[in-house]
Amino acid sequence: MGSTLTAGELRKGLKLEIDGDPYLIVDFEFSKPGKGQALYRCRLRNMINGTQFDRTYRSGDKFTAADLEEQEMQFLYRQGDAFHFMNNTTYEQYELSQDQVGDAVNFLTENLAVSSLLYQGRPIGITLPNFVELRVVQADPGIKGDTAAGATKPVTMETGYVVQVPLFIEEGELLKLDTRTGNYVERVKS
Amino acid sequence: MTEQSILAARRPALEMRCRVISALRAFLDRQGFLEVQTPVLTAAPAPELHIDAVPAGGSGFLITSPELYMKRLMAAGYERICQFTPVFRAGERGRRHHPEFALLEWYRLGSDYTALQEDCRGLLRAACGAAGRLAGWSHGGHFLDVEAEWQHLTVREAFSRFAGWEPHDPLDEDRFDLDMVEKVEPQLGYPAPCILSDYPASQAALARLSPRDPAVAERFELYWAGVELANGFSELTDPREQRERFEAVIRERRRRGRPVTPLPLEFLESLSHLTPCAGIALGVDRLVMLLASADHIDQVVAFPPEVVT
Repeated sequence: MGSTLTAGELRKGLKLEIDGDPYLIVDFEFSKPGKGQALYRCRLRNMINGTQFDRTYRSGDKFTAADLEEQEMQFLYRQGDAFHFMNNTTYEQYELSQDQVGDAVNFLTENLAVSSLLYQGRPIGITLPNFVELRVVQADPGIKGDTAAGATKPVTMETGYVVQVPLFIEEGELLKLDTRTGNYVERVKS
Repeated sequence: MTEQSILAARRPALEMRCRVISALRAFLDRQGFLEVQTPVLTAAPAPELHIDAVPAGGSGFLITSPELYMKRLMAAGYERICQFTPVFRAGERGRRHHPEFALLEWYRLGSDYTALQEDCRGLLRAACGAAGRLAGWSHGGHFLDVEAEWQHLTVREAFSRFAGWEPHDPLDEDRFDLDMVEKVEPQLGYPAPCILSDYPASQAALARLSPRDPAVAERFELYWAGVELANGFSELTDPREQRERFEAVIRERRRRGRPVTPLPLEFLESLSHLTPCAGIALGVDRLVMLLASADHIDQVVAFPPEVVT
């Protein structure tokens, strides 16, 4: 059980347990109509299935903080739509669906260390490191003489992810990518 | 960002704030108002069910409104007084709430709330002039125009139009407040300001009941772009009824386990000398927010509160 909160403690970014599911407050507004009571208007997003709803709470309302825990894990392998991870210290294995993994699928390589958010002991999502290193598996040769500043070309990474890179990048090279933007950062000297 | 760069970036908003306040002050001066300064530190703020005063050490509190002191001046025969003052309300914090905010409050002897509505028109026009907004402007995706025709709705009309029911006493206060915030307020004051008047008697606060219809109080709120800007009323001048309302508030606060403050006895004493008058308070920060097209109150004050109670 998470700790108990009062309406006055509600704010954007807080995670609550409602009807057994964890919710994130994605939007929050304090309201006080005329001489009336304080009202706390929240937009809540279900952290498991992504559905959102609006709800207005009153001062006397009580809340339970969602029982969430972050764990360090490594990615083991993918089997169809199932992604398998292992806790680095307990060696316990967890399975996430493609929906739960989301865009992180573009950057997942074997043994990659990620942090996973667990709700009541079940993983509900992962957070990647800010930067990962991936190998280029397909790249067209750069066109000789094209030295226009900022010119780019698409290359395919080992995960199947296609990213725009400078023209000098070649097949087989290791690149550093920013997982927050999905962008190329630099070539990794090997 | 450093504090210096934040404050430097806020300069245009603070300059507009200064021009707006000067224009409001000049308007009231032309109307013959005497600007006064009453205490910010008080022994007994007005008991309000939903407003918590900030304790100020010893047995004092910071004022939640200058109302009681200003009415004591009115009871001594002052005809027209106004005041710009900071007021303090514990725990009120949000996009439109700052626990220390600036009120412009003014009173007219021998007038009722309709005279205040006329003052609002003049003041908002003056403020728009000072802010360069007389020709209208866009705020949050809406066009606002002080010169367009002002909306005027009673609480009953507004609720039946936007919430689908008519509030009357005994009032379901939870339903009233919720629908006010979710359904009514967002509809009020486009493109011109809106006057929402005649609240159910139970929501009268320090207002007198209407002589035409005692089910409602002569109280109105000024809205613009869905934002509550001012709250005014024909003042209650009956000391006995006022005392009963205060005592009922204190009882209800005790029942709910809320902190209570002493009865303002000097104020109640003075009420027997008060002749019919009307008074109103306008939130200066919120008016500047609208004029500056700011979406957070912190954008129009120099320093957001560091300690939020």
